[in-house]
Amino acid sequence: MADDKNPKIDAATGTQFKGHEWDGIQELDTPLPRWWLWTFYASILFAIGYVIAYPAIPMLNDYTRGMLGWSSRGALEQELAARADQVAPIHQAIAATTIEKLAGQPQLMQAAIEGGRAAFKVHCVQCHGSGAAGGKGYPNLNDDDWLWGGDLATIEKTLIDGIRNPGHDATRVSMMPAFGRDQLLTAPQVDDAVAYVRVASRQDKPSAAAQRGATLFADNCAVCHGTDAKGNRALGAPNLTDGIWLYGGDTESIHQSVWNSRQGVMPRWDDKLSPATIRMLAVYVHSLGGGEATLVEAAAAADNGVEGNVAQ
Amino acid sequence: MLMPTDTSDLYEKRKGVFPKAVDGFYRRLKWAIMVVTLGIYWVTPWIRWDRGPYAPDQAVLVDMANRRFYMFDIEIWPHEFYYVAGLLVMAGVGLFLVTSAVGRAWCGYACPQTVWTDLFQHVERFIDGDRNAQVRLAKARWTPSKLARRLAKWSVWLIIAFLTGGAWIFYFADAPTLQREFWSGTAAPVAYGTTALLTATTFVLGGFMREQVCIYMCPWPRIQTAMLDEKSLVVTYKDWRGEKRGSVKKAAAHPGEFGDCIDCDQCVAVCPTGIDIREGPQIGCITCALCIDACDKVMAQVGRPRGLIDYCTQDDADAEKQGAAPRPVLKTLLRPRTIAYLLVWSSIGAAMLFALGARTRLDIAAQQDRNPIFVTLSDGAVRNAYTIKIRNMETRPRPMTVRAEGLPGALLWTDAMAREQARATVDVTVPPDSVAKLRLYAAVPAAGPQRQDFRFVLTATDREGGTASEPARFERPQ
Ligand code: SF4
Ligand code: SF4
Repeated sequence: MADDKNPKIDAATGTQFKGHEWDGIQELDTPLPRWWLWTFYASILFAIGYVIAYPAIPMLNDYTRGMLGWSSRGALEQELAARADQVAPIHQAIAATTIEKLAGQPQLMQAAIEGGRAAFKVHCVQCHGSGAAGGKGYPNLNDDDWLWGGDLATIEKTLIDGIRNPGHDATRVSMMPAFGRDQLLTAPQVDDAVAYVRVASRQDKPSAAAQRGATLFADNCAVCHGTDAKGNRALGAPNLTDGIWLYGGDTESIHQSVWNSRQGVMPRWDDKLSPATIRMLAVYVHSLGGGEATLVEAAAAADNGVEGNVAQ
Repeated sequence: MLMPTDTSDLYEKRKGVFPKAVDGFYRRLKWAIMVVTLGIYWVTPWIRWDRGPYAPDQAVLVDMANRRFYMFDIEIWPHEFYYVAGLLVMAGVGLFLVTSAVGRAWCGYACPQTVWTDLFQHVERFIDGDRNAQVRLAKARWTPSKLARRLAKWSVWLIIAFLTGGAWIFYFADAPTLQREFWSGTAAPVAYGTTALLTATTFVLGGFMREQVCIYMCPWPRIQTAMLDEKSLVVTYKDWRGEKRGSVKKAAAHPGEFGDCIDCDQCVAVCPTGIDIREGPQIGCITCALCIDACDKVMAQVGRPRGLIDYCTQDDADAEKQGAAPRPVLKTLLRPRTIAYLLVWSSIGAAMLFALGARTRLDIAAQQDRNPIFVTLSDGAVRNAYTIKIRNMETRPRPMTVRAEGLPGALLWTDAMAREQARATVDVTVPPDSVAKLRLYAAVPAAGPQRQDFRFVLTATDREGGTASEPARFERPQ
């Protein structure tokens, strides 16, 4: 019990003091429990086992690689390979389903949208922007205005063959002449034509210049843009009466377009991406809010027709 | 004494503890608490609770996969995790309350380490006999009969440990299904892993580590000793009454010279942590009160008043030393500190109950597309897109509508609709107990403020009704 005579022994516990003291608080030399020592030895054994099994000790040019041959890079590769195996059947299914039929399979459609979202971030954002909102000369893919058409099959065709892709016969081409530069129209005539387009798009009030321009438009522009200036998707001629302008709808920008013409380009992708990826991109772009349903309905109608035939 | 005076050795071997069986008020209380706590632990996952066809029928279920926590009529979603946080705070304050009032009562009665050790010790007495037989057997050489006894004891421990570890997993899945899967070998590996781990820890901690857990591993005793004060009840040997110790014979021979303690060491014999309470309060004492029972029995036998060892506060002990009469235990419980804890504890509980009662069963959240923020459509209208999440916490499908309040002329449609179908409201049926995610488009004429605040209002259109709303913003090009 209390050992007042020996100052090296704590009276309450009978344990020896270590001799360390902080502000009157002293350290006791309490023995550790023996089992604790065993857990300590066990953890040493574990550490040795770990060093043998796993990469552990850095060397001059290398490191000890461990018996299991594990590496974080290898683990990542395994995970990526596993993921690839996981999505392979989905990609196969997407590649094997025509885009018109895809719409009838919501799950595949959803997978395609997500796959397209990922591919878009890699291949398309450079021009169309990360939100697909485009910019001057690069179409906004979120809206409902399409140069060549906004249904799934048409978008896919645009992706496959591109626009004005040199040396590719199937690519989409539209030829807007440089009316001013090539002196097809005089400078005042170009001004009049521009004035007409401004009126046709309800941005300006009718004027004498616009009236002169109307005649010029009918003679020079309506071939592609239509007599009502609503454009022609078969030719890739934009609708000039709506609220969306690829190169700007102000007088100055329209003047530029008429004088010099515009020749936007988009690469063909069929030589760079797999059919499944292109299909997924088309589905993703279609899902952004402006996708058109016409062809899907047509396909559904066609399907019904086939069934009808079978029934007969 | 807990620590050896011999410091020549850096490590101390565990001293065997062979607590003697005892009977009495506190022992019976401990039996009752053991039955209740073990009963709760083993029975709870098997209680069924009807929640309709769309939700599990297990009364208490932690559904990790679907991120739901069910407790009878209460269903907690992950976003309501603050209820669990609240429960933890209550547990913390509850610990303060209990400790400041009755000391280490948690340790002595309710701690799983105590309860399972108690159970294991009971098995030990059943197979090996009481204290003396156990001591003899421990010292004996390894003979076949000792081996047989040991194997028998370990087997029973192992069975209990397995039942303990195995019961845990039933809180995390449908119990009957999981049990079938478990025995047919088709349960998830984590079920077997958890069972194996908890079986091992129960076996080792309850069978072999016992008081070592309390003395060396557990942080609770340190925290609890810090929270005790001189008004907390602790198991106290009333030395002013007991000293000087001496047998009944000696006391009879020398009246007035000896105290009430007859130095029979019964209090030490029954102590599950193997300490001598007569050396004063110490960290090894889990306040199981078994020494009180033991000493009371001795006092009854020798015809002296009970309570030589008893629950007593430090202050009362000092007062009694000065000759005051013992204060009834109940009187020590109510004091400003415990009342303050009780108020905090119960107001948190009341606030949580109130919040539970008042919580809405449906909710809407809206996130505006930021890239692009707006899209001009060919007819000149401006479109914003939103990701809408509608939460239906009822366990049945519910029809709802969403409209944009404060956004004049707004037409809404979803990505599953054509713009021609856009209306002022969008109808959606939200599946039971789930969150429906919608991509919602809103279009308004181009003329208007660049930024316009409005609200998405969600209305349930079934009989129960109900509504929720979420602020949102519409943006136009400059
Ligand atoms: S001293 Fe008494 S109360 Fe404390 S652990 Fe031992 S038997 Fe239990
Ligand atoms: S049980 Fe009571 S009488 Fe016996 S030794 Fe302990 S304190 Fe003394």
